Amino acid sequence: MEGTSAPQNGGNLLANIMYFARALRAAGLPVGPGQVLKAVEAVRQVGIENRADFYWTLHAVFVTRRDQRPIFDQAFHIFWRNPKLLEKMMGLLLPSLSVNDPEAETMNRRLAEALAENQQNAAPEIEREQEFDAAMSFSESEKLRKMDFEQMSNEEMERARHAVRNLALVLAENPTRRFAANPQGARIDMRATLRAQLRSSGIIALKRKRRATKPPPLVVLCDISGSMSRYTRLFLHFLHAVSRDRSQVYAFLFGTRLSNITRYLRSRDVDEALDRVASAVEDWSGGTRIGQSLAQFNRRWSRRVLGQGAVVLLITDGLDRDGGAGLDAEMDRLHKSCRRLIWLNPLLRYEGFAPKSLGMRAILPHVDEFRPVHNLESLETLAEALKQAGPRRLEAAAHWRQDLAQKAG
Amino acid sequence: MAINPPKNVADTTALLSRGSYVADRSLATAVHLALSLKRPLFLEGEAGTGKTEIAKVLAETLGRKLIRLQCYEGLDVASAVYEWNYARQMIEIRLAESGSASKDSVEEEIFSEKFLIERPLLQALKPDLAGPPVLLIDELDRADEPFEAYLLEVLSDFQVSIPELGTVKAQEPPIVVITSNRTREIHDALKRRCFYYWIDYPSAERELAILKLKAPGIAASLSREVVAFVQKLRATPDLFKLPGIAETIDWAHALSQLDVLALSPEAINDTLGVLLKYQDDIAKIQGSEAERLLSQVKAELAGAK
Repeated sequence: MEGTSAPQNGGNLLANIMYFARALRAAGLPVGPGQVLKAVEAVRQVGIENRADFYWTLHAVFVTRRDQRPIFDQAFHIFWRNPKLLEKMMGLLLPSLSVNDPEAETMNRRLAEALAENQQNAAPEIEREQEFDAAMSFSESEKLRKMDFEQMSNEEMERARHAVRNLALVLAENPTRRFAANPQGARIDMRATLRAQLRSSGIIALKRKRRATKPPPLVVLCDISGSMSRYTRLFLHFLHAVSRDRSQVYAFLFGTRLSNITRYLRSRDVDEALDRVASAVEDWSGGTRIGQSLAQFNRRWSRRVLGQGAVVLLITDGLDRDGGAGLDAEMDRLHKSCRRLIWLNPLLRYEGFAPKSLGMRAILPHVDEFRPVHNLESLETLAEALKQAGPRRLEAAAHWRQDLAQKAG
Repeated sequence: MAINPPKNVADTTALLSRGSYVADRSLATAVHLALSLKRPLFLEGEAGTGKTEIAKVLAETLGRKLIRLQCYEGLDVASAVYEWNYARQMIEIRLAESGSASKDSVEEEIFSEKFLIERPLLQALKPDLAGPPVLLIDELDRADEPFEAYLLEVLSDFQVSIPELGTVKAQEPPIVVITSNRTREIHDALKRRCFYYWIDYPSAERELAILKLKAPGIAASLSREVVAFVQKLRATPDLFKLPGIAETIDWAHALSQLDVLALSPEAINDTLGVLLKYQDDIAKIQGSEAERLLSQVKAELAGAK
């Protein structure tokens, strides 16, 4: 080909690769200048005689996850047919993108207004939070702690949300196979011992080490169907608070289908985060298909997020539109894939509650713990329970299963 | 004798097929880039799709040494890179104490290469007569994040720093193949340093070619049925774990061991455990579903003739 030898056209190709990288970046792929250099090098190596080779060369450089492939594919086909075309399209897109920003802000404000009627925007809220902390007397906070979320007025709900946001969730750490220096450790750290020996002379002082621990990943599966709608917003605040200072938290919402909202919760601002969740999830306050949603989770996500001894919180009232169809098998799979499975059910607050619905009966045999989640106090005891390593599997929910068996028998 | 890396994508395909590896053009491109630009190849994909096999084939066809680092949770520098031989060091210290060696000379002595135990990563940086070795870092997703971060230095500069000894740098970088089953996401910083490729399940045509190579004793008609059935299984929406190529090959071997000449519902039911590894999945397929899939397969194959 003539073009490859002529320096001017070679320059064109370099420039085009650069523009292409820019287009990919605009489309959301994490493409840095290092990769552009790598791409140029790679294209030089493979040559541009064969379009398929060229495609796979750029693919090997720019794509780092499987799900980026469709974006890359589209961008490649548009760009390398006519680079100007994509630029033009981007030109068309860009102004609309910048228009999007103020719109997002108004959305945010709308959300803030929906959250608290007398508030104008998100900024004063932070001040209010501090005021609220100082103003709340002990008895008042005690009352609020025990009050049922369902019976709270809007204003009390707002205060509960603030309290939830300050809730610290510390998970019991799992032992890892790594060791860390520790004077009380059971094992001798030979390397450190020998190095210390060189500094001093005479008696060899033993240095010790013990197993390092690390917090397990936390996976939350939260029901957002109509019967749970009173609690949903509060749980979202809870999820945001929990994922705020920890990296390994994965959050999923389900009604009739499953949505992964982990990424949206990363926004620091709670209103912005909830706003993004609201627009990403479509099945708010509808019916529940617990079995199908869990099946989706098991197939698509369980192997990716439950890997390292994860603790799973399943928040649902167990009222299933499908009457528990297929739920038993999926719960079994979920239970076997994680280290600890805790079912949080707001209905458990009622005195003499019995898991009667088909959905509840299907879930109960497979959970390690069964806890209420209807007021601040129950959230606090949950946080307390998570600090402990937890009883043996299935044990904490054993009496519920016995009751169930007695009634059946 | 070291064989030089292939010059272009077609040569790479030929090289892989010499090692009985049937590769797509796209995979060959990624391998070629990794070989010629001397950067790691990062392979991701479901279990049993031939990720590990690539490293083995490369080592074999290029006549290089294969150094394998199997990752696991808690893998640390002592078992991945190097460790000091403490017992020998202790003896050396005792000996020095009875002699009259000065403290500095003892220190220099016991932290020298003589007392160093080399683990896979360090071995891979050492020059080899057959040329730079193939370093296989298998199932990186099983190791934890701190180890991944440590790999960054090794893989970008091909050097390892040993505080007591200094920096060991590879004269020629090894051929690095990293695999992951995606039980967690590997950090982008590491992936950026590599050429990435997602190995998918193969097409029916390619799977047939692989089966022909890997299980040559099996009748062509049976292989066609086996491949068509496995492809049908992969299209079944609610299986927890889909069978990979490794399972296809195992299944073909199992069937030929049982002297099966053509698939029948009974033969499938008896051997389903080779293909599917979860009881729920087996229960779903066994019996009528297997029969239904098989009749579809037979009808399609008859139609194709």
